[in-house]
Amino acid sequence: MDQKKRSSFTYPPRNNSPQESFNPNYDCPQFNSQNRTESPYPYDTPSQFFNSQSREWDPHALLLNLSFLEQKIHQTQNIVREMIRTNEGQNCNISELTAQRQLLTTDLTSTIIQLISTAGSFLPTIRTSLLSGNAPITQLGSSIPSASSGLSPSAYQPNPSPDYEELTKGWGENGVESADQIQIEDLDVKEGEDVGQDGDTLPIGSYEVLQLEKEEILAPHTHFCTICGKGFKRDANLRMHMRGHGDEYKSPAALAKPAREPGSQPMPVKRYSCPFVGCKRNKEHKNFQPLKTLLCVKNHYKRSHCEKSYTCSRCNTKKFSVIADLKTHEKHCGRDKWLCSCGTTFSRKDKLFGHVALFQGHTPALPSDEVKGKNEEINDKDDSGGVGYNDGDEYLDMKGGYFSPMVNFDSFSFEGLDEFSRTTFDPTETSFSFLRSGSPDFARKDPGN
Amino acid sequence: MEMETREKKRIRVEANTEPSESPFEALSEEILFLILDLLDSNPLDKKSFSLVSRSFFAVESRHRRSLTPLRPELLPFVLSRYNSISHLNLTLCPYLSDASLSSIALLLGPSLRSINLSGSRSFSHRGIECLANKCFNLEEIDVSNGVELTDEAAAAIGRMSKVERVRMRRCKKVTDLGIGCIAVGCPNLKLLCLKGCVGVTDLGVALIAVKCRKLRSLDVSFTMITKKCLPAIAQLPNLQDLCMTGCLGINDKALVTLKQGFKSLQALDMSNCQNITQASVSSTLHKYPSLHFLNLSYCCPVNSMLSGLHGVLKLNSIKLDGCHVSADGLKSLANSCISLKELSLSKCSGVSDEAISVIVAKHKDLVKLDVTCCRYITDLTLAAITSSGASLVSLSMESCTKVTCEGFRLIGRHCPKLEELNLTDTDLDDEGLKSLAQCRNLTSLKIGICLKITDEGLIQIGRSCPHLQELDLYRSIGITDKGVSEIALGCSNLETICMSYCTSISDESLKCLSNCARLNTLEIRGCSLVSSVGISAIAARCCNLSKLDIKKCYEIDDAAMLSLAQFSHNLRQINLSYCSVTDVGVLALASISCLQVVTMLHLSGMSADGLAAALLMCSRLMKVKLHVSFKPFVSPVLIDRLESRGCLFQWLNKPFQVQLESSEVWKQQSHDIFVE
Repeated sequence: MDQKKRSSFTYPPRNNSPQESFNPNYDCPQFNSQNRTESPYPYDTPSQFFNSQSREWDPHALLLNLSFLEQKIHQTQNIVREMIRTNEGQNCNISELTAQRQLLTTDLTSTIIQLISTAGSFLPTIRTSLLSGNAPITQLGSSIPSASSGLSPSAYQPNPSPDYEELTKGWGENGVESADQIQIEDLDVKEGEDVGQDGDTLPIGSYEVLQLEKEEILAPHTHFCTICGKGFKRDANLRMHMRGHGDEYKSPAALAKPAREPGSQPMPVKRYSCPFVGCKRNKEHKNFQPLKTLLCVKNHYKRSHCEKSYTCSRCNTKKFSVIADLKTHEKHCGRDKWLCSCGTTFSRKDKLFGHVALFQGHTPALPSDEVKGKNEEINDKDDSGGVGYNDGDEYLDMKGGYFSPMVNFDSFSFEGLDEFSRTTFDPTETSFSFLRSGSPDFARKDPGN
Repeated sequence: MEMETREKKRIRVEANTEPSESPFEALSEEILFLILDLLDSNPLDKKSFSLVSRSFFAVESRHRRSLTPLRPELLPFVLSRYNSISHLNLTLCPYLSDASLSSIALLLGPSLRSINLSGSRSFSHRGIECLANKCFNLEEIDVSNGVELTDEAAAAIGRMSKVERVRMRRCKKVTDLGIGCIAVGCPNLKLLCLKGCVGVTDLGVALIAVKCRKLRSLDVSFTMITKKCLPAIAQLPNLQDLCMTGCLGINDKALVTLKQGFKSLQALDMSNCQNITQASVSSTLHKYPSLHFLNLSYCCPVNSMLSGLHGVLKLNSIKLDGCHVSADGLKSLANSCISLKELSLSKCSGVSDEAISVIVAKHKDLVKLDVTCCRYITDLTLAAITSSGASLVSLSMESCTKVTCEGFRLIGRHCPKLEELNLTDTDLDDEGLKSLAQCRNLTSLKIGICLKITDEGLIQIGRSCPHLQELDLYRSIGITDKGVSEIALGCSNLETICMSYCTSISDESLKCLSNCARLNTLEIRGCSLVSSVGISAIAARCCNLSKLDIKKCYEIDDAAMLSLAQFSHNLRQINLSYCSVTDVGVLALASISCLQVVTMLHLSGMSADGLAAALLMCSRLMKVKLHVSFKPFVSPVLIDRLESRGCLFQWLNKPFQVQLESSEVWKQQSHDIFVE
């Protein structure tokens, strides 16, 4: 399956070679069985289509197959001859021509499949041979566009000596450096996928590779006034600035966004390389992955190869080299409320629980850290509370001792109770004044005490 | 070691006592311990024992292992006497503060093994922390109903490393974090109840399943769990009991996609899981090979599933309350189960004589059958039950109105082992009741709303059922003093009796019932002939009385309340609406320190001041029902104070209604409601 993917799906737009002619036939019902036999692991899948072919190598069957192939090729040859003849006669209509072509394609395809299956039926090393047999097709597919894209790949300069001015100008017009013809064999499927994550995948060689120097990348400004030398981050700001240097810069044409020269060829696709040697984004790296835009270069270089100088003012621990990263972090800083007893914080509860489940002895920590301190405080006072509780004769006498628990609890720091006994509950309060006049009577009549 | 110290103490005790002729002093502590071991049935026996002599008192103090204090205010004293208590049940102490818990922790320390705090709402995580610090041998803790308990409380439980059983029903503020602390801190956990802990999700439950591999029983009813935590639960090697009542997040997909089976699961409760269907249940039944008990009540129609039960060989108890079951379904149930012992089909539509007959013919060991509200069954069912076997112990057939006297006669003749029988709202008459008297092992008999029965039948019951503990005569209006007095004479073990709306009952009945010393629940709602004399007699002699309903007993006045206040120290719940009680009576009532639930509507003699004073005195109130007209007159400070301690106020606005409906009219009306 892997192989199929690699051969036909890794580079979908470039499949204009033999593979493409394969593809439509996958839908064709009469080729179903042959498609099966094309499966790269014929011996791993005991398919019913192989039942007719013996597992042991049978030379007679091979001979039969080969002679069948021979017949088939002859047949195809005849068709082509017929086509040439009708083409010279110029008296055919288009539909007939296309029908013939289709017939030809079908025949060729079936011949190829038959060939492969014949080979597969007897070769014990069919797996490796098929794999290696298909690989060149892939390479072919990927190498064709680089050749046909019209770019002549120039020699790669290992150590360019870039001039600052030249480079800044050079971004627009001419490719200062171009890609080396990178060894196609180096490209394996995994790397291809990695590149694919960056967005649109370009085959090696189909783009120019630019490399800026460290100073350029870290320069705060990229647009400079030719008169006073002041730097700007944006070209628009520079144009606004230029107005102060004279009336000629105030014309609408001068203020307008510089348009691309009309009639010029479409810009060649550009990719960037990191100047840090050894970095994966550096073009000398074996598995080079280019950076897509200038901004990517800047951020990549700062993040990967510069000191992290911006510290989060909230947590004072996290450091960043790109100020935008700091700002993003600060938005979420302090929200890592899911805390483990080991001190690790998590932004998501399920991550914390996954962590706790994984490690022995780790516990989800509760948000407030004061729990322990309070606990000790309580324990100290518990002793006094216990003693006060023990000699509580008043406890038994509910009338007299009703408020006595409160008195004892005064030694505790329980906020609710404390507040209550101090502020709200005053027995002399007016709302209960009837008690003073009324309760003695009730108490006398009350047989409970 | 322990024996040695005991021996020393015994010698010391003997040396201290003056030489006396009392033969009791000669008994060694070992013998006294053996005697005490046998005195478990009645709590008062041990009390009498300890009053024999000083040494008996000391021996009893040392012997006691479990304690259920009635009053928290006596706790310090009691615990300093009984300092080797290992099981402490504090359910009757509603206002346990953190200070009480810390003193308990100090006094009992490592000897405490089990503590039940489910009745109290006023302690916090600090109290539990004290327990965690001092009582390091604690194996069982119940903090159910701690609606204010937070994750910190759960974290404190998580510090009790030896704890095996944790119950935290309705701890609504506890979240996954707290549960995670328990999961990590209590590796020996065997039982966990998280019923109604709405803050707990898949993450917490899954972590419990990952960390507590010894778990045997897990209750996650009424939580928000979904299919995500089921794979983890299924991997628990020893899980026997899983309760998922009312888990709406559990659906068909959760059951079907679960790859592993619950190999060790014995009891599965999926009642009220409204998002599962019978298709998924039947296709997954093979995942529970050792299942004994299955509950699918109020869940889904179950017909097609019942035939799939043959894969579950050990299944012997099944509950299908409120499900739609057809006769065919029940027949396939009968054929697919190997041995059915308990079957509950309460409120199942579609239950017929034929189906029950097939079941009882195949399963002769059926011990418990519940066919409440299966209105189509007739005497044929009873004939089938009685002919197939006599092993039935519990039978409930409330509202089976088509059963006649003949059916009851069959029960009486063929079910000698019957202990629980519910015939509420049936066509029972005296003849039937006389036949039922042959079931001499009856402990619970419910014959409410049987308008045809009279004293004649009840006398027979009283004479022949000495073990009766619970009797329900609600609205059985033919009953008079004569029948009740015979019951009181014959059934001295009676604990619960309901005679509400038996309007012929008078003080005589209550005087006779006062002989039943174990009586703890008395309901005589609407018995307008009963006066304070009867209640005083009950109060004076039934010291276990804890629940009393005297609503609409207009003759009862302050005198009854004074007697109750004097004698009934265990009274916990009272309804005295419409009684002729004044402020004096209410205040007297308020002096009962255990009182927790009070309903006082339409008390003509009660003033707002009296009410306020009573509320101030009732220190342990948990729930008060009052008429809304009192609300403006009670100080909000007082209300706030009581509410802050966990008391619930319900202000009702029921109209004043003196006249009692006649029971015939009432029954007719209730049946009409059913028909509608």
